[in-house]
Amino acid sequence: MAKLMDKEEIRRALSRLSHQILEKDKEVRDLVIVGIQRRGVPLAERISGMIEKMEGKKPDTGILDITLYRDDLTQIAHQPIVRNTRIPFPIDNKRVVLVDDVLYTGRTVRAAIDVLIDFGRPRKIELAVLVDRGHRELPIRADFVGKNIPTSSEEMVEVKLEEVDGRDEVLLLKRD
Amino acid sequence: MGIEDLSKEEILFILETTKSFREILDRPIKKVPTLRGRTVVNLFFEVSTRTRMSFELAEKRLNADVLNFSAANSSLAKGETLLDTVKNILAMKVDCFVLRHPVPGTPHLLARELPIPIINAGDGAHEHPTQALSDIYTIQERKKRIEGLKVAIIGDITHSRVARSNIWGLSKLGAEVRVCGPPTLIPPLIEEMGVEVFYLPEDALREVDIVMMLRIQKERQNEGFLPSISEYIEFFSLTEDRLRLAREDVLVMHPGPVNRGVELPARIADGKKSVILDQVVNGVAMRMAVLYLLLAKR
Repeated sequence: MAKLMDKEEIRRALSRLSHQILEKDKEVRDLVIVGIQRRGVPLAERISGMIEKMEGKKPDTGILDITLYRDDLTQIAHQPIVRNTRIPFPIDNKRVVLVDDVLYTGRTVRAAIDVLIDFGRPRKIELAVLVDRGHRELPIRADFVGKNIPTSSEEMVEVKLEEVDGRDEVLLLKRD
Repeated sequence: MGIEDLSKEEILFILETTKSFREILDRPIKKVPTLRGRTVVNLFFEVSTRTRMSFELAEKRLNADVLNFSAANSSLAKGETLLDTVKNILAMKVDCFVLRHPVPGTPHLLARELPIPIINAGDGAHEHPTQALSDIYTIQERKKRIEGLKVAIIGDITHSRVARSNIWGLSKLGAEVRVCGPPTLIPPLIEEMGVEVFYLPEDALREVDIVMMLRIQKERQNEGFLPSISEYIEFFSLTEDRLRLAREDVLVMHPGPVNRGVELPARIADGKKSVILDQVVNGVAMRMAVLYLLLAKR
């Protein structure tokens, strides 16, 4: 097991992502940040907060759960918990930035895009992730990446966050 | 099959799952792809508009294909047995039956004989689990808890599957349940389900948090259970005076359809304390949750 990022490195990465999001398009009125359950949610909230500090205005922030849109429900062994989706504002013609902790096969993001499209028609959908670990199974890519971590399929990347796990760190583990 | 077989943890899990499905009903596109490609058959052997529509909506919002079978226009009229009818439909590779039947235990028969999930949409006077679960969800949504709440169920308890399922569910979650009705319509030994029995609403309603009114059928008058409907109204209708005996923040519930002017005066049915319409929309969300939990994974 290896620690890939500590609390400070995570904070700096998120800060850089927030800057990059604004650098690409500074219009906060037009921007929507949506966190993907589960750990994308606190990350989205942190990014939104950082943007608020920089621009004096907080973008609309929502959360979404992909469980009902998964492509593998009939194959998985466990019963996944369906968590909340809350997007209480219109997203038509907005620039939506999806936020998740780890980008791996890309199937979660595919499902998240489908959830968004059921809510409206964004002008643009972009993706911000804390970690990109490679091994895409779909043609999906991130626009903003905190850290690129090449991995093998025997490995697992786990992100721990204060809001969910009580501490901030990114770990590399061997699958057992 | 029924709430009697569910544990407290299972009920809480179902309630929690329902929250996510309730949210879908507020979206512009009220659909999720979860049960795409699955076929659900609504087998209704009793007249029912609301429950069947509620199930049908729930199934469609989950993107399932829906088949509706009503006993009247069916081969059963030609003398085919229930199991034959059902096995014939099953041979067409459907994934789930939602069954409402006048004979208690029929869903259990199907569950024993068939390899696919069966949902009990009401079996005789035995249970109506999805209705009770959704009633409990409605209560929890407003009161934030079930434990310690005082609930009065008033009406024809003997013939009510809604009452039985609610009694099971509410007791398992720690509520104090009271039943009230004419002695002819309260089953003997119902105290053994853990409820307190009252024969007058004035006694049952003291300090309650929730009042559940049950529909009284006019037929009961002809069957000798009541001297007359007007006498029932006199003693058991939820008038303003009687409602005042409950807590100020009491909720008035009814599984529907409401007999206006009989068990509920119109003003109370439409009043601020009534959550009857919430019960209806929550019913769809609850049925979506149940369908999801039974069908989404093989």
